Amino acid sequence: MKFWIVSASAIVAAIALALSGANEYLFFAGFVVLQAVILATGWNILGGYAGYVNFGVPGFVGVGAYTALAMHLLWSAPLLLQIIAGAVLAGLLGIGVGLLTLRLRGIFFSISTIAVVFILEAIVMNSRFLGGATGIQLTRPNEVLFFDSYTRMLFVMMAFMAVIALSIARYVQDSHIGQGLRAVRDSEEAADCSGVPTLKLKLIACAISGALLGVAGAPMPMYLSYVEPLSTFNLHYAVIALAMPIIGGTSHWLGPLIGALILGTLQQIVTVTVSSELNVLVVGVLLVVFVVAAPDGVIGLVKKWKTSSK
Amino acid sequence: MENILEVKDVGKNFGGFTALSGVNLSIRKGERLGLIGPNGSGKTTLINCISGALQNDLGTIHFNGESISRLPAHARTRRGIARSFQIPRPFHSMTVLENLMVPLAYVGGVSGEKAKVQARQLLEDIGLADKAEAASSSLSQVELRKMELARAMAARPQLLISDEAMAGLSGSEVDDVLDILIKLNKQGITIIMIEHIMHAVMRFSERLVCLDAGQIICDGDPQSVVGNPQVQRAYLGD
Amino acid sequence: MFFSFELLFEAVLFGLLLGCFYAAVSLGLSVAFGLLDVPHVAHPALLIVGSYGAYMLGGWGIDPLVSGFLLMPVFFLVGMLLYRFYYETFESRGSAAGVNGLAFFFGIAFIIEVLLVVAFGVDQRSAEADYIGESLRLGDLRLPYRLLVAAGVALVLTVVLTQFFSKTFVGRAIKAVGQDEGALRLMGADPVRIKQLAFGIATSVNALAGAMLIIVSPVEPTMDRIYIGRTFCVVVLAGMGSMSGTLVAGLVLGITESIVLTLFGASWATAVAFGLLLLMLGLRPQGLFGR
Repeated sequence: MKFWIVSASAIVAAIALALSGANEYLFFAGFVVLQAVILATGWNILGGYAGYVNFGVPGFVGVGAYTALAMHLLWSAPLLLQIIAGAVLAGLLGIGVGLLTLRLRGIFFSISTIAVVFILEAIVMNSRFLGGATGIQLTRPNEVLFFDSYTRMLFVMMAFMAVIALSIARYVQDSHIGQGLRAVRDSEEAADCSGVPTLKLKLIACAISGALLGVAGAPMPMYLSYVEPLSTFNLHYAVIALAMPIIGGTSHWLGPLIGALILGTLQQIVTVTVSSELNVLVVGVLLVVFVVAAPDGVIGLVKKWKTSSK
Repeated sequence: MENILEVKDVGKNFGGFTALSGVNLSIRKGERLGLIGPNGSGKTTLINCISGALQNDLGTIHFNGESISRLPAHARTRRGIARSFQIPRPFHSMTVLENLMVPLAYVGGVSGEKAKVQARQLLEDIGLADKAEAASSSLSQVELRKMELARAMAARPQLLISDEAMAGLSGSEVDDVLDILIKLNKQGITIIMIEHIMHAVMRFSERLVCLDAGQIICDGDPQSVVGNPQVQRAYLGD
Repeated sequence: MFFSFELLFEAVLFGLLLGCFYAAVSLGLSVAFGLLDVPHVAHPALLIVGSYGAYMLGGWGIDPLVSGFLLMPVFFLVGMLLYRFYYETFESRGSAAGVNGLAFFFGIAFIIEVLLVVAFGVDQRSAEADYIGESLRLGDLRLPYRLLVAAGVALVLTVVLTQFFSKTFVGRAIKAVGQDEGALRLMGADPVRIKQLAFGIATSVNALAGAMLIIVSPVEPTMDRIYIGRTFCVVVLAGMGSMSGTLVAGLVLGITESIVLTLFGASWATAVAFGLLLLMLGLRPQGLFGR
């Protein structure tokens, strides 16, 4: 109950912000942070809950983005429909990769996800319809609902999507499925022998995770008014999608949120004070530091601190 | 009395290596079967083929009259085959209680308070009641073995396979586990026990089967199997 | 479409040479991942570091191949330390070594990439030597010397390593440790030490392979990504832990890539390794020669 109250307030706050006279830059940055929350949350459903590491995040983000693009080019589809289509196709991609490699060990799944990125990138590069290597410029449609600008509307839409992503993660975690996924992560063999249909559960996690990653990518064409493969299929997405849940904590739905907020803030600070290359380095270093020293993330540290101070 | 398990002409290969060949085994309901044989004789492979961790390449396996060779492990568990692992595999992020709640939920469809009650009962029976809320990662070896058995029991099996549950345990710990297995058998559960600790096997089994190099070389009452020259040669070499 | 057998023949020949090179580049991974089961996705990143190392030494007029040899001991030490750290942090803790180990190496690979960008910029760097740029002419065919040199060294390296792992005591111990640690312990050997040694060897091979890479083509910091595809493709195609299979697998990849390059162009060629990898994992995960 508390969750829904907080979420509803968050959305109301987002709408209020968008209707206010705040600086336009806030909404550009806000979009990026909210996208990060969705990325981290989506990744964690497969990576944190089930223990299968998806390196191919850029591929799923790209599927979301390019599906949205196609919907826009072919049918001038409204934003919401673009996002849904992106989610569906990315989810299907997740199932596809899963079917191919989930019977094998975890690392083969992970390497396969990298393969997916390169193959998708090659497909896009060779597709004139999707803009090829040079990309496509777009004009944003006029529907801004009751907001002053398209960016503000995008911001509110992303806030909605972030809440949906978090509630899905929360639901999965506390459900029957979450229990099974935890068993799979801890010991897949024992899970099998305990009656857990491991393949089915992993495929479900792949589908949900993939779909959410697609949701993160789908608004990109509209956000940038421009899509091109190099930045869409950027490895950067893979690193942050991994780093945020690991920093925040992978076993709880709050972890990715915490990680996204910490990393997002840190990145802004570093970019502004030092440089943008170093910003990227910070992500990698934090990832390694946390994996080595605090593998349960901030949530794990808080738990430890709580139990030791008792 | 029908057979709960029918293993006919089962064979299993790994690349060029034949782990099992021509294995025939019929197990009666409620039987206490000891499975022995030197290292590498194929005991664990056979167990894996029965439990579904592996699929047999040749032959058939029937459980309660139904062919199970094509079924994945979790489907076999749901039909009543449970096993413990040689090296315990706890769900390490969960407490002991939560460990048991997984099979209770996924095999028995029981969750929430009802499952907790049943889980506590199982832990009582096995002597781990005081560890219910403990993290499974904090258990000692013998406690882990007991939890393995408890978790297998939580799947309410008709056939329980215990894979070297007593390896590395002290004398009294071995007796502990043995008593648990005998008690379970008295409740009507068919048990296959793989073990190297001879006195435990002899005390427990009604019938002994000896494997060597992937084939059954002897099958019968414990005394005669142990006295069989082929069996002795398998263990001691020529 | 005009289809020339000559073009195809040249592509196959080119692919054979390239394939030898791919095999050599994958040997280190075959040991680290194929034999030792370490989820070493940072292996290609270390390869690129080797290339840049050769590039730097090239600034002092040292031939890239010589640089490769010079760097081998350094890389050996780095490999040993890296494995030790990995082992102490992940494997011995017995924690979710799966996710965390993978994430660790991925993070390392990324950090290496970024550091290389900071140090050398994003532009491509090449090596200089007399034989680069020249080709051997056989009738109408032109075989670039740089490829011949790389292929030659690669072949020698493959043979040496294959022999090492099957004939020497240390080599066989390494093979054994991948399969049965317990037995090794009984023999009095320390499995961790052996794995450390193996990892050191695998990494030092990278020094030489990296030097070959910069001979064959210019390098830039993000090249490790495509090489993740190529090296894992070769290792999976060969079958985990099969040293001899690595050469055949490398050739298969090299020829396939070369033909695709000729027929469909460069942007598809980069996807070949990944496509082959997926195909293999889907159809025959144990590889061509795997156990």
